[in-house]
Amino acid sequence: MEQPNLSYINQLSGGDKTFEEKLISIIKLEFPEEKAIYYKNIESDNFKEAAENVHKLKHKISILGLEKSYEVAVDFENNLLEKSTTGKEEFDNIMQMITNFLTTL
Amino acid sequence: MNCIIIDDEATARAIIAQLCTNIPSLNILEDFPNAMQAIKYLNQNDVDLIFLDIHMPDFTGFDFIQTLKNPPKIILTTSDPQFAIEAFEYDCIVDYLVKPIALPRFEKAIQKAESISNKIQETTAAASSQIETSSGNDLYVNIDRRLIKIDIPSIYLVEAKGDYIQVKTEDKNYTVHSTLKKIEDKLPNDLFLKIHRSYIINVQKIIDIEDNSVLIKKDVIPVSRSNRPELMKRLNLL
Repeated sequence: MEQPNLSYINQLSGGDKTFEEKLISIIKLEFPEEKAIYYKNIESDNFKEAAENVHKLKHKISILGLEKSYEVAVDFENNLLEKSTTGKEEFDNIMQMITNFLTTL
Repeated sequence: MNCIIIDDEATARAIIAQLCTNIPSLNILEDFPNAMQAIKYLNQNDVDLIFLDIHMPDFTGFDFIQTLKNPPKIILTTSDPQFAIEAFEYDCIVDYLVKPIALPRFEKAIQKAESISNKIQETTAAASSQIETSSGNDLYVNIDRRLIKIDIPSIYLVEAKGDYIQVKTEDKNYTVHSTLKKIEDKLPNDLFLKIHRSYIINVQKIIDIEDNSVLIKKDVIPVSRSNRPELMKRLNLL
């Protein structure tokens, strides 16, 4: 199974450690907020809003180098727009994986 | 180029700002988490380029573009490849970057924006040059402390009268405190010719030439012997 990584962030920084730290701190701050809003909406069956949350979370998934997970998120977002929660479990696992990864940074 | 970033995601704004540090010609003025704040800023500041997210709550990137009367160049930054076709309906949209944005692709987008900027500058320069030429068709004369504009091609005759010259146009005559030499220097050589020490004529307004005189409008003007060869050279003789 693929694992989150900092390849994109390192490539982007060109070795600028200050930027890397800044970006990681932004992600560490923003990700839990976005995730919390997503869970709140999915539990309330607010499918459209949940789809928007997934859309936003997709970017974090791609930044952390999770290419396959990104595709899972794309499918899940489309399902939510059709008021289906198919793919929720897989997506939630990705959320947990990122949460765990961020605690290591 | 002065730029702003509009994206509801702080991570995305930080990434775009970082990408911009690789391009010396880019100057990030501000970044905004929503389009409404950006609209207020654009009303008071000159911006050359906007990095704009499409998918934002309440007010999308496309909604934002439609509020702008004269939008600057826009590079869309989005996770939605499906909006690419709609993006090309807007002339101001230079490029469409799908997140996560890699530096080589970002540089390519900036090259496109700069190339468009250069073309606009060339067009503007050409337009201004045309205006200068057009203003070059005017001559301002000082009469009673007023600068009066005279359309140069409408002048058919200038006559020296002591310390004054009389400028005759198709509509009106002007008596100006000046010399024939001064006005001769201001008039285009291809149109005007001094045919006598007291007269300059607009060659295109000649009706006929007889011996040592020219009929121009209703004025018969003497041609001096020394100026006659030059006058004859300027005529399209059969």
